Amino acid sequence: MTTTAEPTTTTGLTPALADLEAEAIEIIREVVAEFDRPALLFSGGKDSAVLLHLARKAVWPAPLPITLLHVDTGHNLPEVLSFRDQVVADGNLRIEVARVEEWIADGRLTERPDGTRNPLQTVPLLDTIAAQRFDALLGGARRDEDRARAKERIFSVRDAFGGWDPRRQRPELWNVYNGRHAPGEHTRVFPISNWTELDVWAYIEAEDVPLPDIYYAHERDVFLRDGMLLTPGPWGGPRDGEALERRTVRYRTVGDGSCTGAVESDAADVAAVIAEITVSRLTERGATRADDRLSEAAMEDRKREGYF
Amino acid sequence: MTVLTERPAPAPDDDTPAAVGQLRLVVAGSVDDGKSTLVGRLLHDTKSILADQYDALEHVSRSRGADGFDLALLTDGLRAEREQGITIDVAYRYFATPRRSFVLADTPGHVQYTRNTVTGASTADAAVVLVDVRNGVSVQTRRHAAVMALLRVPHVVFAVNKMDAVDWDEARFAEVEADVRRVAERVGLEHTEVLPVSALTGEGVAAPAPGRADRPTLLSLLEQLPARRSLVAEDLRFAVQLVIRPRTEAHPDYRGLAGRVGSGTVSVGDEVVAQPSGLRSTVVAVDGPRGPQQSATAGQSVTLRLADELDVARGEVLSRPDSPAPAVRSLDGVVCWLGDAPTRPRQRVLIKAGTRVTRGMLGDLEQHWDVDEQRWQDGDAPLELNDIGRLSVQLAEPVAVDPYVEHRHTGAFLVIDPDTGVTLGAGMAGGRLGQHS
Repeated sequence: MTTTAEPTTTTGLTPALADLEAEAIEIIREVVAEFDRPALLFSGGKDSAVLLHLARKAVWPAPLPITLLHVDTGHNLPEVLSFRDQVVADGNLRIEVARVEEWIADGRLTERPDGTRNPLQTVPLLDTIAAQRFDALLGGARRDEDRARAKERIFSVRDAFGGWDPRRQRPELWNVYNGRHAPGEHTRVFPISNWTELDVWAYIEAEDVPLPDIYYAHERDVFLRDGMLLTPGPWGGPRDGEALERRTVRYRTVGDGSCTGAVESDAADVAAVIAEITVSRLTERGATRADDRLSEAAMEDRKREGYF
Repeated sequence: MTVLTERPAPAPDDDTPAAVGQLRLVVAGSVDDGKSTLVGRLLHDTKSILADQYDALEHVSRSRGADGFDLALLTDGLRAEREQGITIDVAYRYFATPRRSFVLADTPGHVQYTRNTVTGASTADAAVVLVDVRNGVSVQTRRHAAVMALLRVPHVVFAVNKMDAVDWDEARFAEVEADVRRVAERVGLEHTEVLPVSALTGEGVAAPAPGRADRPTLLSLLEQLPARRSLVAEDLRFAVQLVIRPRTEAHPDYRGLAGRVGSGTVSVGDEVVAQPSGLRSTVVAVDGPRGPQQSATAGQSVTLRLADELDVARGEVLSRPDSPAPAVRSLDGVVCWLGDAPTRPRQRVLIKAGTRVTRGMLGDLEQHWDVDEQRWQDGDAPLELNDIGRLSVQLAEPVAVDPYVEHRHTGAFLVIDPDTGVTLGAGMAGGRLGQHS
């Protein structure tokens, strides 16, 4: 993170972060201008909270002309869902929730033996895009998260299967974005592609972006599995031999409860979180996401199948 | 294969951190020039590789029979790239020093992927082009230099790599430097630096090169290069993205033109002209991300309110009346062809310039850029994938377009396939490559 003493009109942001903000707003405005039915992927996680914050700035003082979309695995922490609902209510926003459980109940999806529902999100996502005729989906994915994501475009055109074909990506030139697509295709757009985890937190601090409490240190019952601290829930509690312990933890990412771990932390506010990440020797996905440990190309495989 | 052991990053300088903003960097070179090693070295020496990435890398490297770890596996993102030992697509990487943060576009060097070099260069404030000191200037070096010149990347640093393999032979470096400077001059690069480095040992990258303790390293040079802030001094260009008209109870009459300032400055009270319509008005408010501002400068996303309710929509460009963006019905320019199929005579296309999309028709091809000879050749043969040519485009309606040499933002255009939406070409209006045009 670059620090600076330069006075700017954009109080509180470094020049680097002000540039990233301006770029994100420009990208969101391109989507609002060029697409008929845009949606914004909103999980209640920090990246989507920042994205929503930016989207509202991009069209201020007009109401947000974008529907929120959440693929609910049924394995979310309750704090995150209540945060999601609060944001929607406070902002007078529209949200479409695709519940993985409905797809399992009517047989369109089958529960995996390991109980993880992260890979099951893709089908409800694509079905909802088709049913709602969304032509652009804004997402909070960042290129620094994963090496497959490092190769993602800001405007990423997907076929009807949502698949990502890295060999057929469009060249992305200057800031002239090309989201044109054939009927049946849609475009995924990632306005905070160039942000790092630290940039996101610096922005949350400067702009006072509200987040679910689980991002900050709190006491919680957790058990250790595959080197990760999981919390009991509908995805299953501790198995035999896994001891439940009360620890002071926080989450660096939010996702399916069966594969998203907490980290031990005393960071109770934004400043403490930033201090913690600055000296952390682990990436956020490496520290907390079992789904990315499945293979060395786990994210690439899921993206090819239509995942974000 | 590059094997590194972890070593401490250089200590932060004591200097006051400069207010330099982020630097967008493109790194070009082939695998053989040591590009992966250099990118790995920059990430490593700025402590941008974290423990779990080391662990994953070590695990994979070992499963392939290597001791330690192979940095190329870190920078190659896709399965096919790791399996075939090649780089297919542009990857973006992030690192920071105490002075500055960097976005690095890591572009493949294979000839068939030149379009990726164009992609990376189009948004770059600076380029690093790798040259192997043992081989000197190659066809690839010439191509990269030409692309950087054509896209007008403001600063180009040639990193003469593998200096350790020639025992830091100053005479050999001087020879390569002279060749590089000739290429740079021929293609018309303005601000170039040539530095000796060893990505393998790190000397010349973050640590001083042997016998050159008083000279800048690659990293210290990059830390000091000016970023896009130089655009502030240019003429105002503001492409309208969106007209914001809430018509809500709280804002019944609000009407603002949303966009990002491409160059120059716009202030409350300024007279502006919208092109191509030619309508004039005065700026009465500049609404920024945190409320009203007195002015906005290049790079800022704002919403402008004007004194008169003009019929100005997306696709118009606001400028000052004494330096308006020209409105044109045809474009003469240089195009890097990125389509799989070659150009066709009188091919119907869409042209996207700034925020305006209009129908267009390709005119006759006038010249090709000859990479080997480094000069323009007359001829009307179709442009194939990765070719660079000069041609004209007829437009269905007037569009505000500047000469690319004067305004990088409003002089660039895309050539788009009207049926598939695929980007076929990267165009630069009135573009001139080197002195040999």
